[in-house]
Amino acid sequence: MTELTELTLAGIRDGVAAGTFSATEVAEAFNTAVADAQEALNAFIVTTPEAALEAAKKVDADRAAGRPLGKLAGVPIGMKDLFATKGVQTTAASHMLEGFIPPYESTVSQKLWDAGAGMLGKLNLDQFAMGSSNETSHFGNVISPWRRPGETTPLAPGGSSGGSSAAIAARLCPAATGTDTGGSIRQPAAFTGISGIKPTYGRCSRWGIVAFASSLDQAGPMARTVRDCAIMLEAMAGFDPKDATSLDLPVPAWEAGLNPDLRGKKVGIPREYRIEGLNAEVAKSWDDGIAWLKDAGAEIVEISLPHTKFALPTYYIIAPAEASSNLARYDGVRYGLRDLPEGANLQEMYAATRAAGFGGEVKRRILIGTYVLSAGFYDAYYTQAQKVRALIAQDFLKAFEEVDVILTPTAPSTPFALGEKRADPVEMYLNDVFSVPASLAGLPAMSVPAGLASDGLPLGLHLIGKPFDEAGVLNAGLAIEARAGFHASPAKWW
Amino acid sequence: MSKYRIQGATGEWEVVIGLEVHAQVTSGSKLFSGAATAFGAEPNSQVSLVDAAMPGMLPVPNRECIRQAVRTGMAIEAEINKWSRFDRKNYFYADLPQGYQISQLYHPLVGEGQLTIEADEKAGLPEAKQIGIERIHVEQDAGKLMHDQHPTMSYVDLNRSGVALMEIVSRPDMRSPAEAGAYLAKLRQILRYVGSCDGNMDQGSMRADVNVSVRRPGEPFGTRTETKNVNSVRFVMAVVESEAHRQVALIEDGGTVAQETRLYDPDRNETRSMRSKEDAHDYRYFPDPDLLPLELDDAFLEECRASLPELPDAKRARYVDGLGLSAYNAHVLTAEVDTARWFEALLAATARAQGKGEAEVAKQASNWLTSEFFGALNKLGKDLATSPVSPEGAAELLALVGDGTISGSIAKQVLEKMLESGEGAGAIVEREGLKQTSDTGAIEAVIADVLAKNTDKVDQYRGGKEALFGFFVGQTMKAMGGKANPQLVNELLKKALG
Repeated sequence: MTELTELTLAGIRDGVAAGTFSATEVAEAFNTAVADAQEALNAFIVTTPEAALEAAKKVDADRAAGRPLGKLAGVPIGMKDLFATKGVQTTAASHMLEGFIPPYESTVSQKLWDAGAGMLGKLNLDQFAMGSSNETSHFGNVISPWRRPGETTPLAPGGSSGGSSAAIAARLCPAATGTDTGGSIRQPAAFTGISGIKPTYGRCSRWGIVAFASSLDQAGPMARTVRDCAIMLEAMAGFDPKDATSLDLPVPAWEAGLNPDLRGKKVGIPREYRIEGLNAEVAKSWDDGIAWLKDAGAEIVEISLPHTKFALPTYYIIAPAEASSNLARYDGVRYGLRDLPEGANLQEMYAATRAAGFGGEVKRRILIGTYVLSAGFYDAYYTQAQKVRALIAQDFLKAFEEVDVILTPTAPSTPFALGEKRADPVEMYLNDVFSVPASLAGLPAMSVPAGLASDGLPLGLHLIGKPFDEAGVLNAGLAIEARAGFHASPAKWW
Repeated sequence: MSKYRIQGATGEWEVVIGLEVHAQVTSGSKLFSGAATAFGAEPNSQVSLVDAAMPGMLPVPNRECIRQAVRTGMAIEAEINKWSRFDRKNYFYADLPQGYQISQLYHPLVGEGQLTIEADEKAGLPEAKQIGIERIHVEQDAGKLMHDQHPTMSYVDLNRSGVALMEIVSRPDMRSPAEAGAYLAKLRQILRYVGSCDGNMDQGSMRADVNVSVRRPGEPFGTRTETKNVNSVRFVMAVVESEAHRQVALIEDGGTVAQETRLYDPDRNETRSMRSKEDAHDYRYFPDPDLLPLELDDAFLEECRASLPELPDAKRARYVDGLGLSAYNAHVLTAEVDTARWFEALLAATARAQGKGEAEVAKQASNWLTSEFFGALNKLGKDLATSPVSPEGAAELLALVGDGTISGSIAKQVLEKMLESGEGAGAIVEREGLKQTSDTGAIEAVIADVLAKNTDKVDQYRGGKEALFGFFVGQTMKAMGGKANPQLVNELLKKALG
């Protein structure tokens, strides 16, 4: 029998349902893998082996009793530590929320437990989901399981969902939740050779997810295959009356609808994404993707998304603006860290608490956000950014009159070394250049593995779909997956 | 036009007033959470995860709060914006868990409207006046700090955090303390009629920020100050008065009025500076990304409109024109919506009991209510809400007067007994034998007796001292225990005295 930790989500689900192995065996295998890797990879902030076992035992008991099993019965998963989990520490990888134990469960995590999944632990991430390398975590950065051949240089697993991507690539869990504000599911997926989809804004409830930028934040699944993403997204999505921006639409049967035949479909290739100085290997992988989709029957069409170059600056106005306000609640009054110097008044307590509780990148974004919303600058920055955001969304809608899905690279480079881009925040922000436009437009977008670059590290391809058309994105992803033949996994060194 | 002027050392000054009234919306739950909103509950017993701004919590608009604000807008004949939006007002304070208040700066729910304040000569309002209302927007209230619970720390009570407020912003259309007071009273009256706010100012359900400036008559507006959180009609008038005088004295002394926020101290009847424009917050307003724009459809608006009650102005006009009440009675009966409701129940029951139309019994019912009944309740320290007599019970009493069973003076005694025992009027009259006598023979016999005992007065009367007639009426009624039909007594006495 194959090692249980090598199985996909679908393989585990089907094996448990068929009785090939028990959910408990699966949970134990992953619990062991998690424990073995924790010191080297630091993918989890807390591990919860008992929770994984408990869920598994319930699935086994249900199966033994002949009760119906959920969509994810017997599948242990990792939970990004941005989702509030009742009774389990939820930190957003911050000192501010270190030790915070929510008395409530996020809608998305609850749906996953209801579907029969079990929790292996809370996954590390960039602090408050702000970062592209996992280096902003208060609990130490995640180390990618990938290494350049013959090297031991620690590499970034991407961010902000870097704990999720590293854990999946290292076979510590078959799937994990991610959240994506400007690329936080897609870029780490690309960096670690796995798949991840950010659905249409509003598909997954934001209730109980620590907010970064409300108008952009979306939860989504990360897993090794497109099918696994489809299965897990079905369990995560759905209307939630507790989130006013939640989409009141039925959840499509994404898994059942998977179909890699793209005959009759048109794939758009936006010329503006061929940025000057584009990494040659990234460009080549993009060309591979074009060839694969053509092979799957799609017609390739060059399109224009004229406002693309404004997306990054627009994003870095809107996201920090919302963050500066969303993070105001961490004030030391009701929960989380309180730093009360001797004799301090309220204002001094705020200052001390927030100085100690937030990391450098979080502070930088709060400052940027506060600045762009302040009197005298609001119109020049925030109002202008909102207008540009509308133009970017229009670009896409216009393109989608002609094409069904858009193909681009996920990130402008292969994974970089930890520390490599820490000196210049703008260089780090540039990593989001291909992922941010779809976020601003609220569109479903996915990264799938395309192959390994000459440095032996994974590259991802990025598919952007029409609003609500996750199916179109998944199918194009499936077509690439079938042709890329990506089966590489990091050699175990931990 | 108001002739109210402040006499300064250098001449006359006109005062200009605008009010921003915060009215707590009557609804079972808060603006963006399901938590309850009852007044006086144990601290922090009405706080949801959303109100405490726990990580990941999201606001969801409460339809009832929106409905109440729309109905209020309709009651002041305002434009209702079918598309409005919530904005965040960002600032740090311990009573503000989110670090921002969800409000509506850029696109309020309700636009331009107005209300009319009545002429009231005695109150210094020579004629009726229309006061413009710029907008009504909906926003969250903050919690409350408690400074008296601990020697070195302040406690926070979040029960009020997230409760829905309407901020009703007037135009700077008022020109005297009396107008400001009348505007606030009228607004409160309308809110209570609509049922969108209980108007309990002493419980903080309604409070006003008072904007005051002064100018020479006919000149442009002066610099205004804003006195925050004034919680009674009387205090609003006092704030206008003291603040206007302060500004006049300041300007006449060569100073300039600073645009600032002030607080009112009722004990010293003066305002004092709270913060100046320079250290005003930069609230960094921006659209709340957790909420979609609020879009109202025609069916919702229609439902709001259909649910509006008859409003005070219309009711007062109907009482005068349709029911023939005096302007005074109509005013008294419509001042409070609860009074009007009681009166209308009484009117319906009275008409029913006497088999007449409402207009036919309206005068009887309104006169009795405003003179007899209010007085009697007042003596007992009670009001309509705590009255032991129901409108139906009162109608029974009025029917006994109406058909001549008892006289007006007996009715007073019966009412006293009703208030004491809660018994019905008919039962009391029956048991105590209080029915009026219209027996001519019996009355004539008593009259003969009275005249016989007072021959000297009979002579004086006949000699031209006609004022003595009342004496004979009184003696006759007294001898008959008040039960004689007064009209018959009059007639028969006149006959007997020739």
